[in-house]
Amino acid sequence: MKHLMIKLIIAILFFSTTAIAVENEIATLRDKTKIDQQQEPNTIPKVINKDIKKSRNYPMQPPIIPHTARNYEVNLNNNKCLSCHNRNRTEESQAPMVSVTHFMNRDGNFLAEISPRRYFCNQCHVTQRDTKPLVENTFIDMHSLIKHKNSEE
Amino acid sequence: MTINRREFIKANAVVAAATVAGVSVPVSATNLITNSEETQLKWDKAPCRFCGTGCSVNVGVLDGKIVATHGDIKSPVNKGLNCIKGYFLSKIMYGKDRLTTPLLRMKDGKYAKDGDFTPVTWEQAFDVMEEKAKTTLKEKGPTAVGMFGSGQWTVQEGYAAVKLMKAGFRSNNIDPNARHCMASAVGGFMRTFGIDEPMGCYDDMEAADAMVLWGSNMAEMHPILWTRVTDRRLSAPHVKVAVLSTYKHRSFDLADNGMIFTPQTDLAILNYIANYIIQTDRVNKDFISKHTNFRLGETDIGYGLRPEHPLEQKAKNNGKTKGSSTPISFEEYATFVSSYTLEYTSELSGVPESNLKALAELYADPDIKVTSFWTMGFNQHTRGVWANNLVYNIHLLTGKISTPGNSPFSLTGQPSACGTAREVGTFSHRLPADMVVKNPKHRARAEEIWKLPEGTIPAKPGYHAVLQNRKLKDGELNFYWVQCNNNMQAAANITEEVFPGYRNPENFIVVSDPYPTVTAQAADLILPTAMWVEKEGVYGNAERRTQSWYQMVDAPKGAMSDMWQMVEFSKRFKVEDVWPEELIVKKPEHRGKSLFDVLYRNGNVDEFSLDEVPDDRLNQESRDFGFYIQKGLFEEYASFGRGHAHDLAPYDRYHQERGLRWPVVDGKETLRRFKEGSDPYCKPGSDFDFYGKPDGKAVIFALPYEPAAESPDEEYDLWLSTGRVLEHWHSGSMTQRVPELYKAMPDALVYMHPDDAKARNMRRGDLVKLVSRRGEVQTRVETRGRNKPPIGLVFMAWFDASRLVNKVTLDATDPLSKQTDYKKCAVKIVKV
Repeated sequence: MKHLMIKLIIAILFFSTTAIAVENEIATLRDKTKIDQQQEPNTIPKVINKDIKKSRNYPMQPPIIPHTARNYEVNLNNNKCLSCHNRNRTEESQAPMVSVTHFMNRDGNFLAEISPRRYFCNQCHVTQRDTKPLVENTFIDMHSLIKHKNSEE
Repeated sequence: MTINRREFIKANAVVAAATVAGVSVPVSATNLITNSEETQLKWDKAPCRFCGTGCSVNVGVLDGKIVATHGDIKSPVNKGLNCIKGYFLSKIMYGKDRLTTPLLRMKDGKYAKDGDFTPVTWEQAFDVMEEKAKTTLKEKGPTAVGMFGSGQWTVQEGYAAVKLMKAGFRSNNIDPNARHCMASAVGGFMRTFGIDEPMGCYDDMEAADAMVLWGSNMAEMHPILWTRVTDRRLSAPHVKVAVLSTYKHRSFDLADNGMIFTPQTDLAILNYIANYIIQTDRVNKDFISKHTNFRLGETDIGYGLRPEHPLEQKAKNNGKTKGSSTPISFEEYATFVSSYTLEYTSELSGVPESNLKALAELYADPDIKVTSFWTMGFNQHTRGVWANNLVYNIHLLTGKISTPGNSPFSLTGQPSACGTAREVGTFSHRLPADMVVKNPKHRARAEEIWKLPEGTIPAKPGYHAVLQNRKLKDGELNFYWVQCNNNMQAAANITEEVFPGYRNPENFIVVSDPYPTVTAQAADLILPTAMWVEKEGVYGNAERRTQSWYQMVDAPKGAMSDMWQMVEFSKRFKVEDVWPEELIVKKPEHRGKSLFDVLYRNGNVDEFSLDEVPDDRLNQESRDFGFYIQKGLFEEYASFGRGHAHDLAPYDRYHQERGLRWPVVDGKETLRRFKEGSDPYCKPGSDFDFYGKPDGKAVIFALPYEPAAESPDEEYDLWLSTGRVLEHWHSGSMTQRVPELYKAMPDALVYMHPDDAKARNMRRGDLVKLVSRRGEVQTRVETRGRNKPPIGLVFMAWFDASRLVNKVTLDATDPLSKQTDYKKCAVKIVKV
């Protein structure tokens, strides 16, 4: 048994030190496709419209929009988002109120209304399409990090 | 998992009960950690990794990982805001496919062009690179060696690269991807003012009465500057915003005057405005007589294609004279622009007369302070330098320049296109502080600062970005190192002019990148690279603001910074390997030394000891090389510009500031250049001093409208414009790896007018093929959404690695700036 283990370890060491070729079509975002070729583009994925809130990766992250925002006009004359998310509309709409930071001007003073610098919601808030990311992301939530550390101690 | 509110409360009841009963529960079971020792994050400032706006972000680190980022409240640029990309900076370094080992194409245990990517050690990787570089230098000389860098390199990395290439290998074949982005802006500045970069600053937005966007979709590409424009427009109701583009996009949401013009006719509109100012007698005569000269520029200058292309055969003046001009009088200039009447310009451009007139009035009215913004619409243009010259014309005719709110402002695309590409001079024709290799005095000054023998730097400009690809294909550029960019996705005409060069058996291609990109896939050797706050660096933004950051976390084991790679590689060359004997005899003390010794241990770069690196700072490169290399490189570089109107503060000060706008004189930054009282370089009594020109006068250029390189015809019946999107940074190699950003904008679609779709029997979502004379790409049709092209034009973004729109685009360039026009070529669209 012991001999077998040693043999196995040697074998593993051998294979890990001898060069093992990886695939040549390495561009992850091209899904193993040669540069002079192309895979058939998938259909346009639908916008997720479930109204289920998603956790934020950290407290300062702007929340993503959990519903479709198609034809939402946000322009010189109109801001459709605020018809639900503005302070005086949330009782009726039961939508989350825009964050208090949005009432602050460039100098950090609170205004009576939402600051014009925050007017275009779509600069920070985006909808999500029903599709699977091509690459996993290994970002770790700070909460998980702390809990992991504590459980190790 | 779905859970309703009641179930959720029940599940948490155990913890609640235990807490009430005074029973301590393990931390892992509580829902709030209050111990400040555990929840304390280490915060530090860094400029954002993405666009040229140069927002400052606070980066939170815990246990060697970035766990949060948010807008820096102390930064005058963004005052606490970020755009959607900026808010997700925390996740860009954590794509699961980060590269951690060099990969070399091998067959039978050794390098082979047609081999398979195989993990090797850094030692093996450098061995092969060394062998290839030395063979190339020996067989073909320095012009067969080249490098393609980036406006995303740190200032120090760009500077180290310039030294390695121009002095070490004695090759001027180094160019940044900023060639695709800013070269026309540089050309415009040099031609009109004789000195690069904007005279104004972002503060002009809060002072302007009118803002005009020329070929700039700020709402998506400079979102935080757009928040400042929006803030100004909405909080001061008299302010007007005009937006010009070849298709309707998000910036039109704020436009009082939105204009769609036929591609290339922006040149005519600019001349019409000049004509309108003259016809309505609103020229600032005092200003133009004291501070400007008029010149007539050369015309019919070609399209920067290969010399055998029919368009180049046809062009009369695409030779050496293409940038020349002759002096003219104001009256001659007035006659020149007089043909750009309202009727003619409206007819040509397709913009209604009333809109054109309202636009011209913003510039002509002496009581309106006007700021112009432009980005790729002007710069990626076969007459890009002209477009830049022409917009300066209208600001100069009215004297609306260098004062609060009066500001012709060229926006930068990349985080350090100004800092690294332009100020450091990583272009094939440039040296630091606006100097050029052609000028013997400039070369001499660089050689003196670098303590190198006279004659080290070659006088002939090297291959620019597009020419590098052509020379790779032709087998004249054989050792090629790509850092910090993704040019196999970004360069135009991939099919004919990019891919063939990388896979040409005569060439050895090295690509340094954190991720396996399209360009990496086309390489022979891939070097895993550290990114952003995994290293210390400096970026310079669009308003001349220089910002620094410290290394905050370690790179994944095996990944090394671009700078480390270059400096470490330089150790493998003795001066005898790269310099001829006649050069060495001029400085015999260099004999037998390595390029590392000569370039980076020259008494300047290694001047600052490790003691100056704070103990709690990581700084992998400095600890490896044994001296504070980022400071040494910066200080040696800064000596080029100090006293030459490019003054930078001492390095250490940048760690204390949210950036400073150069020139920094007597410790003070400069908000507006060329205006006496605001710019210390202006001569006393001058009022305005355009000191980049020997006589202190800026140039107003007479330049005509000339057609695009390729326009739609019967077969290829649509204009194609390409560009970027809010959610992704450039080619998407970072942002496509952030799930939230990916899901917000997963694929590049072709935006087209519903009538154009209908005429081709297409509907939204249909699978189609964009075909040009050069190549094709498949995607899906989008007829609604944020971009609304007019009939006859389609738009597709280039961030999508799986749908390479640059297989279709044309590599026509501005013959003056050598920048590619990505906004205009002819395509047809067919159903698949």
